[in-house]
Amino acid sequence: MGSSSALFIAVFLACVVEAVEATTIVLAAGTARDWRSATSGMAGALAVLAIIVAALGPAVSALPLRGLRLVVGALLLVFGLQWLRKAILRASGHKALHDEEKIFAQQLAAASAQARRQAGLVPDWYGFTLSFKGVLLEGLEVVFIVLTFGANQHDIGLAAIAGAAAVVVVAGAGVAVRSPLSRVPENSLKFIVGIMLTAFGAFWGAEGAGAHWPGSDAALLALIPAIAAFALALVTVMRRSPGGSGRQQAAVAAAATAGERS
Amino acid sequence: MVRRIKAFGAFWYDFVIGDDWLVAAGVVIALALTYALSRTTVPAWWLLPLALAVLLPVSLWRGARKR
Repeated sequence: MGSSSALFIAVFLACVVEAVEATTIVLAAGTARDWRSATSGMAGALAVLAIIVAALGPAVSALPLRGLRLVVGALLLVFGLQWLRKAILRASGHKALHDEEKIFAQQLAAASAQARRQAGLVPDWYGFTLSFKGVLLEGLEVVFIVLTFGANQHDIGLAAIAGAAAVVVVAGAGVAVRSPLSRVPENSLKFIVGIMLTAFGAFWGAEGAGAHWPGSDAALLALIPAIAAFALALVTVMRRSPGGSGRQQAAVAAAATAGERS
Repeated sequence: MVRRIKAFGAFWYDFVIGDDWLVAAGVVIALALTYALSRTTVPAWWLLPLALAVLLPVSLWRGARKR
């Protein structure tokens, strides 16, 4: 696997996660309120995102590479570590798993409780703004990932294809099933994306700060599995710690055994 | 107006810093140390992976303790 493949996979998976979350919001807005307002909100947000890409794309590409790598590396490292932290806490039982169906139900209930109000050509303003904000916020993350990954690896085209492919696949699945994409293994995806963001962040951050990796770009191919192995080891340790799922299962098993004996 | 500025600041704090400020502070310090080391003849690439190996378990411990 070359660094281009790593770039494609990292961008695609990160964008799938963001797209699943945006799709859940649009589906909730459409189901609970009004499909025309929800799709108008989504289209409005996509138009704003297109303007942002058109404005920022050339600007990001024109920045000096070392400065870009330092800033983007720092941000990706912070994002990646936060994702990885949440993913490890979830995998070890210290935090509830991300449940797209539950989030959909909560958003559906919140959206159903609001009064209907027409604004101009939009039949339902609440449904429009709910969909607009959801797609814009999640879309901003997609734009950030595509532009920064693409600019840093001198391949915005490949990053854009990966991001667009993710959005098309997820949006297509959302339209086809018209229900939250709960079958997407979002918790596992977030774990993998956390590893990728952390690895790319460490690689670019160190280069931006003036360090030189042994083996140049090939160092990424060692960093990714090393961080994955470390994260999996931390899951094992955290499962055994107080409050972890390993301890809980052991306690349940011990209680069951004690119950059988008594 | 003040409420909007506060909400704007809170959005960016949540977006960039997230749940644990220690991670963001640790990353900035590690990058500064990497820069300082890169000005010498000593290789500096190992510093960030070392920082990750320390920051992630500490942040996890803080997260599990908070629960």
